[in-house]
Amino acid sequence: MKTVAAFPRPFKVRVRHTRGVSLPDPQPEELDPACAIQAKGLRKAYGNVVAVKELDLSVRKGEVVGLLGPNGSGKTTTILMLMGLTEPSDGWARVLGYNPLRDPLSVKRRVGYMPDSVGFYDHLTATENLEYTAMLAGLDAASRKARIREVLTHLELSNVADKKVGTFSRGMRQRLGLAEVLVKEPGIIILDEPTSGLDPEAAREFLAIIRALKERGITILLSSHLLHQVQEVCDRVLLFYRGEKVLEGTVGDITRRVMGSTRMFMLEVAGTDPNRVLASIPGILRLSKQGEGKWTVEADRDIRADIADGVTRGGGRLLALSDSEPTLDDVYARYFEHMRTKDAERAAMNSTEEQKFVRAGERSSAEEQETKGAAPQKEDSP
Amino acid sequence: MKHGDTTITLQREGSPFKGLWVVTVKEMADHMGSIRIRLLFALIGLAAVSAIYSAVQQIRSVVGEDPFVLLHVFTVSQDPLPSFVAFLSFLIPLGAIALGFDAINSEYNRRTLSRVLAQPIYRDAFLMGKFLAGFLTLALTLVVLWLLVIGLALFVLGVPPSAEEIGRSFMFLIAALFYAGVWLTIAMLFSVVFRQPATSALAALGVWLLFAIFWNMLAGLIGQIPSNQMAQLMSQLWFSRISPNTLFAEAMVALLDPTTRSLGPILYSQLEGAMLGTALPFGQSVLLVWPQFTGLIAEVILLFTGTYIIFQRQEIRA
Repeated sequence: MKTVAAFPRPFKVRVRHTRGVSLPDPQPEELDPACAIQAKGLRKAYGNVVAVKELDLSVRKGEVVGLLGPNGSGKTTTILMLMGLTEPSDGWARVLGYNPLRDPLSVKRRVGYMPDSVGFYDHLTATENLEYTAMLAGLDAASRKARIREVLTHLELSNVADKKVGTFSRGMRQRLGLAEVLVKEPGIIILDEPTSGLDPEAAREFLAIIRALKERGITILLSSHLLHQVQEVCDRVLLFYRGEKVLEGTVGDITRRVMGSTRMFMLEVAGTDPNRVLASIPGILRLSKQGEGKWTVEADRDIRADIADGVTRGGGRLLALSDSEPTLDDVYARYFEHMRTKDAERAAMNSTEEQKFVRAGERSSAEEQETKGAAPQKEDSP
Repeated sequence: MKHGDTTITLQREGSPFKGLWVVTVKEMADHMGSIRIRLLFALIGLAAVSAIYSAVQQIRSVVGEDPFVLLHVFTVSQDPLPSFVAFLSFLIPLGAIALGFDAINSEYNRRTLSRVLAQPIYRDAFLMGKFLAGFLTLALTLVVLWLLVIGLALFVLGVPPSAEEIGRSFMFLIAALFYAGVWLTIAMLFSVVFRQPATSALAALGVWLLFAIFWNMLAGLIGQIPSNQMAQLMSQLWFSRISPNTLFAEAMVALLDPTTRSLGPILYSQLEGAMLGTALPFGQSVLLVWPQFTGLIAEVILLFTGTYIIFQRQEIRA
């Protein structure tokens, strides 16, 4: 029997399967007709790197949802899976009832997608660029022309309609990208980083357009890492971190969850040092200087009366004191600060465990060698 | 996680050819309007006119006795200029590479790919449309050139071409077209593999040099491996026929020189009863080069399939 083991093993061909892997379908009762986009257990792995981890997502019709997170946290991959432009490794998605994996053409016909840093054919005019994609979208010649003119006018691009796109500014390209999306008259609009690279004025204009679309009842999914903009237009926000959806809810919800009961106050004083006069107030958590005479106070309850009292008693003058709602930026900063310290702790723990593991491995391989060295002797003996 | 038991089959809904024609027309319009193709036209036109002019100068003296005057316009050369077909076998790869080397990677670099593929079409149509546009552009160029040569020969020599001459030169045109197709797919393959257009152009030109200069040397080396002389000859021949240049050159010789009887080694016993130096009928010549035609077409299909598979597996995000 030993001779059998001496034969070389047959070749093992490693086949990379992207297709052919059986992906789950939703149960009928899981599907909600009021939802424009639904996904469950959606996962995408590139080799060993997991880009999106078991994502559950639902967007109701007419809702504006923001995907938030730092670069590389899986927002674009999620969008590409919803569009059927990349295949998920596991899970299912339905967009307006269609399966993007199985029937991507039906999804793409009804969904307008603007990729981040959208590009155009520079040697063609704005109209020609839109005509090309409108033809690919299957619009007939008569309605195409009228739609393009109408949309260009709406986005204030009609004066440059016959100019080559090569001469366009970043903001104009971005608006042209949105124009292309609108020519299709989509039920859902997906915008990937629509305001990145725009100057504040252009970004504000762009957000105003999105708000107008929202009023028309179009479902919008937009990704961004610029929070104050998302805050302005989104009904609901999904916070991504390293391929995982870590928080979900309205901006208010998320704020309450991350910040807890912490409240923030803006304080402006003259003639005294708040560090000295406010230190004894119960409930005060943090005092930080923002500028000359300007401070923010964090506390676990409303201590405005105590602050005013403290300042006047300390001989200073109170110039302003207001309750400030924490912005999503504060939440964001706080949350990722929290995650980073957690990661650091985990990394420290892993490294010690790894060392243990390596030591164990060394020992076992040493043992193996010993047994190997012993084996031939055994075979020699009858 | 609980999911249904049903699994997704490999099949997708909708036609892979939807949008094919839109992509083809747009890409062809781009080709036609590009400076690249104008330079190419100028280059090929110049080469054609000069080669034909010098050929005609030489042929004029023997016009009366030659039954295949038109074919000689293609093949006759006069120092220092090479013949028209030699020019063609040199310029066709160049033109095809020029049309294909940035087909896909330029779409990535301009960030237009994800926008176009977000429209209701499959990638199949996009790649196929790009190929068809390049192929049709090359076909148009070659047909124009072909008509130009025939017209020029008619005008200068004053001898109307026979039906057989038209047939032979037409088959040559088809061979040239598939030869161009091979180079177009090679260039497109590199445009999918490499993200930088400069890299893919260089790679395609490298392959061109390999086949144009080094392949016959390699074939000679391979030919020395077997011990038997016939086997040496055959292995050398088979190896050299991997090169599209060899296939095209053989097709060219058999079609444009009607006296060609064989494209490989031939035994004395096989020549018994043959009238050497007389022309083969058109049908027999076509039969002779049929394997070469098949080889060229097969290379186009194989290369395109490879390109297609690699492109399908690529992530479309830039």
